[in-house]
Amino acid sequence: MEEVKAKIKKFLSRFFTGHEFQADEDIFALGFVNSMFAMQLVLFIEQEFQITIENEDLDFDNFRTINAMALLIKRKIPVVAGN
Amino acid sequence: MICINSEQVENQQKRKAIKCVVWDLDNTLWDGVLLEDEQVYLRKSVVEIIKTLDKRGILQSLASKNEYTKAMTKLQETGLQDYFLYPQINWNSKVSSIKQIAKLINISIDTIAFIDDQLFELEEVSFSLPEILCINTADLEQVLDMPVMNPPFITEDSKNRRLMYISGIERQKAEEEFIGSQQDFLATLKMKFTISSAQEEDLQRAEELTVRTHQLNTTGYTYSYDELNQFRQSEQYKLLITDLEDKYGSYGKIGLALVECQANFWTVKLLLMSCRVMSRGVGTILLNYIMNLAKDKKVRLRAEFVSNDRNRMMYIAYKFAGFKEIEKQGDLVIFENDLTRIQPLPEYMQVEIIG
Repeated sequence: MEEVKAKIKKFLSRFFTGHEFQADEDIFALGFVNSMFAMQLVLFIEQEFQITIENEDLDFDNFRTINAMALLIKRKIPVVAGN
Repeated sequence: MICINSEQVENQQKRKAIKCVVWDLDNTLWDGVLLEDEQVYLRKSVVEIIKTLDKRGILQSLASKNEYTKAMTKLQETGLQDYFLYPQINWNSKVSSIKQIAKLINISIDTIAFIDDQLFELEEVSFSLPEILCINTADLEQVLDMPVMNPPFITEDSKNRRLMYISGIERQKAEEEFIGSQQDFLATLKMKFTISSAQEEDLQRAEELTVRTHQLNTTGYTYSYDELNQFRQSEQYKLLITDLEDKYGSYGKIGLALVECQANFWTVKLLLMSCRVMSRGVGTILLNYIMNLAKDKKVRLRAEFVSNDRNRMMYIAYKFAGFKEIEKQGDLVIFENDLTRIQPLPEYMQVEIIG
């Protein structure tokens, strides 16, 4: 799980330079989140973790924090849970 | 003659409008072979076609197997070099050159026409890229009359399309060279986004946007000029059109939204943005503007969404803006937003509301 979070954190730092992300920090509170960023975030998670994010997973709450994204990924790949 | 056979003429009826014409050089743009003949002669009829297509808002490029520097020098002599975006002058196959052009301009192959005098090239291209429209140089005089080369109207935006792409190329170059985050780069552009109620003179462009835009389009509904004109004047609808400009120049009229206003709830029937502004975050700003309006009027806000294989980004935009699916009828999804959370405007963008 920590590895998953670190990967997401690294991805986010490309968009918000100079900001040290906390795992429970609301990324939507940091500034304007546009649809290009949203799309890139979703595609990044799908490609990096080899999962498919279905329409019903696309709730804003699943992407609000690094923790929430990690939980979503964990739910999508049960194998990670075992690690 | 190989490429325009009867089957393809029939197909042409169903073809999408051409957005870009890709020219060969030797024995097409000019008579003669640049690397073999002492002199090559620019074809007068070709100059006429190039200038006319440009005025119609159809982009043009080159796919030529040639020596780059020599060909570009010759093009400069002709004064035509600025008409071609991303010229591909190299020894690669024309298929790969055309794919490269499609990728760089960000259009699909089925909106490209390819003109060449060599049967081999035409056959290779139409074999590998069956969606493309191949035209033999021998049939050049028909080009300007082809329906796919005649957009229904020519708007301010279509006339300036090439110049807008060129400033787009400069922007892109600046973005590639920029060191820092995407947000920081956007801040350097000094963007100004204008949202206005569509006026009569905007309607041709509005119609053009509904027909041309597929990726950043929430429903793909197309409306005729007359329908749009009715919406514009009706109390029951809001027809919004948007402009974007930055320090490199104008992007033109790049976005459109149609909102149906009923007493208790509003429905966003259509929200679209040109691909030109994909990475600028303006779709979300338009959506936020509509959300704020609905909140002020104390109405519920719904939105329709029809997925195609390319508009997932708009689905994500709705979901991340807090819309929830409340109904599904086949391909049609109805969203509703409780309007409890509306993002503030980004600092990097100046937003102006007119009307």
